[in-house]
Amino acid sequence: MIWHDANEFFSMGGHGLYVWGSYGAMALLMAVEPVLVVMRHRAARTAALTQAEVADLEAAEAVERATSGARP
Amino acid sequence: MRDHKPPFTKVPDNHAVTDRPSPSRLTWLTFSAPARFYDLAGTLAPACGLAAALLALAGLWIGFFVAPTDATQGQVYRIIFIHVPVAWMSMLLYVAMAFWAAIGWFLNARMASILARAIAPTGALFTLLALWTGSAWGRPTWGTWWVWDARLTSELILLFLYLGYLALVAAIDDTRRADKAGALLAIVGVVNVPVIYFSVIWWNTLHQSATITFGSAPKMASTMLWAMLLMTLACWAYAFAVIFVRARAIVLEREGANAWARARLAGRHARM
Repeated sequence: MIWHDANEFFSMGGHGLYVWGSYGAMALLMAVEPVLVVMRHRAARTAALTQAEVADLEAAEAVERATSGARP
Repeated sequence: MRDHKPPFTKVPDNHAVTDRPSPSRLTWLTFSAPARFYDLAGTLAPACGLAAALLALAGLWIGFFVAPTDATQGQVYRIIFIHVPVAWMSMLLYVAMAFWAAIGWFLNARMASILARAIAPTGALFTLLALWTGSAWGRPTWGTWWVWDARLTSELILLFLYLGYLALVAAIDDTRRADKAGALLAIVGVVNVPVIYFSVIWWNTLHQSATITFGSAPKMASTMLWAMLLMTLACWAYAFAVIFVRARAIVLEREGANAWARARLAGRHARM
């Protein structure tokens, strides 16, 4: 085993700041980016569904207008 | 709900090809249709994410608990297990982005342009991490956070190329025009990638030369090499997962109103 205790592990031979600063930044960004892309996908899905609903409503209204207008 | 048919609405019919059911025969163009790519990426993304987590765990275990202390650098060398993978990814993703942007431009392939756009933010992130981890490694070993050396400067230019690409495509409203303008920038910028890679050979740099090169035995202990390779694979899997999800989001942003997307979303909506 390379490390005798946890303290030795975290101090990284006195270079803990540099090692954990690197790994920490990577862990942080790689935790945040997936959340952001999943949120973007969800937002796109919601927008597409809303757009579809609006289009359906407009189509229904158009049909209604057309049929009521056709009646004498 | 699944049998419910939405009333007829006007849907642009220039994408009719994507409404067809899956083809019986796979060709290299099969997944160039956004609809099929959307499904494929949806299946692959979680698997890639899981693979990334497992590979990273294995790589970190070997990197921190199996790989020995470096004879000259002590413990700080352990930054290599992420620094080299993210630096490789920063260059590789740039080439991938430029490749898909070029295909999207020259062949007018929508999905290729979407892929280029999906790669860019992740590439920028890896470039930022390469600079950050390199800086954190340089401080204790070279005595400086930053030096205007060929390797570091060309990597910084890579970050600016990514950011320039992202700013350019965001600034143009017309999607396809933005794709083409971005493609031009991406293609021109490719020249920087070999400059980064060979900078340590071409110029007398503070940055050390490549630890791993083609055609020669790696200059490191095999456990160190394993940790680095596992972390590289983890980065690949991570990049695939994130890029697939982002590409799916962009597909919906661009084509969410099309019949195929409506059918997918309606089906999904009913199931939930």
